[in-house]
Amino acid sequence: MLPDKKGHFNGFGGRYVPETLIYALDQLEREYKKAKRDRAFRREFNYYLSDYAGRPTPLYLAANLSRYLGIKKVYLKREDLLHTGAHKINNTLGQILLAVRMKKPRVIAETGAGQHGVATATVAARFGLKCDIYMGTEDIHRQELNVFRMKLLGARVIPVRSGSKTLKDAMTEALRDWVTNVRTTHYIIGSVAGPHPYPEMVREFQAVIGREARRQILQKEKRLPDYLVACVGGGSNAMGLFYPFYNDKRVKFIGVEAAGLGLASGRHAATLVKGGIGVLHGSKSGLLEDKFGQVEIAHSIAAGLDYPGVGPEHAYYKKTGRATYAAVTDKEALEGFKLLSEKEGIIPALEPAHAIFYLTKLRRRINKNSVIIVCLSGRGDKDTQIVAERLRL
Amino acid sequence: MNRIERKFRELKRQKKKAFIAFITAGYPNLSTTKKLLLEFARIGVDIVELGVPFSDPMADGPVIQQASEVALKNKVNLRKILKLVKEARRVTQMPVCLMSYYNPIYCFPQDKFVRAAVDAGVDGVIVPDLPPEEAKGLLKTAQQSGLDIIFFLAPTSTGERIKLISQKTRGFIYYVSLTGVTGPRQKLPADIAVNLAAIKRITKKPVCVGFGVSSRAQVKQITRVADGVIVGSAIIKKIRENRKRADLVSRVSNFVLKLKA
Repeated sequence: MLPDKKGHFNGFGGRYVPETLIYALDQLEREYKKAKRDRAFRREFNYYLSDYAGRPTPLYLAANLSRYLGIKKVYLKREDLLHTGAHKINNTLGQILLAVRMKKPRVIAETGAGQHGVATATVAARFGLKCDIYMGTEDIHRQELNVFRMKLLGARVIPVRSGSKTLKDAMTEALRDWVTNVRTTHYIIGSVAGPHPYPEMVREFQAVIGREARRQILQKEKRLPDYLVACVGGGSNAMGLFYPFYNDKRVKFIGVEAAGLGLASGRHAATLVKGGIGVLHGSKSGLLEDKFGQVEIAHSIAAGLDYPGVGPEHAYYKKTGRATYAAVTDKEALEGFKLLSEKEGIIPALEPAHAIFYLTKLRRRINKNSVIIVCLSGRGDKDTQIVAERLRL
Repeated sequence: MNRIERKFRELKRQKKKAFIAFITAGYPNLSTTKKLLLEFARIGVDIVELGVPFSDPMADGPVIQQASEVALKNKVNLRKILKLVKEARRVTQMPVCLMSYYNPIYCFPQDKFVRAAVDAGVDGVIVPDLPPEEAKGLLKTAQQSGLDIIFFLAPTSTGERIKLISQKTRGFIYYVSLTGVTGPRQKLPADIAVNLAAIKRITKKPVCVGFGVSSRAQVKQITRVADGVIVGSAIIKKIRENRKRADLVSRVSNFVLKLKA
């Protein structure tokens, strides 16, 4: 089972961090392994997942959408119905419980769309920890609602002005904070990215999505799905859905990245579809980079996908062919956004709107009797302003 | 024996400590970097550390971040930096290390980088985001070619880590004075002496201390307990203050002379 002891997924992953952080990663790994075996921890985690966050989430048969697409059945895993409005809370609950166990009085996080920032601020409020959130000024501008929510929850939102002023730079800045305050601070990384043990640990905390979905689909359909489809920025909602189906070899995984202004434009965030391999933020994985190894600036209308890296396990899935990856442009994502709103009365976040739109491409080349599960990773309230501007509503 | 090892032997004989100067290659431009390098050799800087600019320098504070940004805008890259070292090597035997984040090396790619670095006359490489666990490939080719890979220890390093890193590092150990990023500090942590003593009990390899060192007093404080001291951001700041002046090189040179006096 991967990763190996050093956090490698067949060459991807690992721990590319300053020496100062090794001690904190060792401590986190020890505490995480201990917690994983501890029944009391699992009980507590499950309690908060159900009574605080609202699990299990429904697996909803999107009948109108299915009919429109001419696909037998499209199910939506409704992570958008969770407390705080996205799947991010699954992971932040797990990590805040670990932070409490490690007796760290302070947590920090990076955020792009603000969903992970809100989910971190939420659990920090609930458990009484000090909380600082790093966010690029570009994202602060386009996700104003979430900035306001984080502040209401008692977190400090620290604007990051360097580089592209988005998620990548927020994460670099959070790592600098962590190097500085490593003894008193736990860094709640929001995706299946970063140094070991984060990719594995975040996957485990998010795998509740796939475990529920697997149980639910077997109950409803008496069979496994043909396809799992999810958007991929860092890739936590996708990995959470995919991983519990890993050994079900007939279930195909499709990750949908952001093609931004188009794959040929050079302004996109399609790391696995278009990028190379490199080292950023503590792990080796897919990376948008130039020929000199400088990290390129990503672009996507969805702040949560606007990241030049990707979780190392996705790079491994791509290399081995276990999953395939596609990309959807800003414009197409907006169509996906409208489509789900109009057909099902569900306003998705711009991130999963990429996955929704992808179905309109997928339908042309698959058996019409297919059963598909799409991870609806978050709801669209945070994006209404940006969408209203673009669609001139 | 390479130039770094020879330098530490020579210093030991003279009962002196190493003064290591860091500058970002290409800040404010490559020709100034070359002039500074040669000037540092002239005034007796023991080792120069040349920073390779990177888009996401996670171990660096604002001063070096900004210098990197300028260098990247000047289209500085590893190839050009190696060329600069090669040119400087014709006139000086001062040891030169490169400080680079891992990705530019990985993309060079790695094996080719080691050969090119040795060919250019680079003596050591310092990679802040590459602990020995991830350095197996680089270590193998570097050892075959006689290129030193210099590893870090930090205030948070355990006894186990000290053992591992003492064993893996070549040239010297880079001890990070504080938990944090690079950049001048008013005061350095009080635990440096105790932590260095713990390292010294385990290894005979030279230990040099960097991060935060910005004044003559701090240089003295460090060299009382360490084999060498590394000054970076303070020098970059001095370069920045004088970047528009024709006498930039002599002003920076005077500053460095005062630091190491």
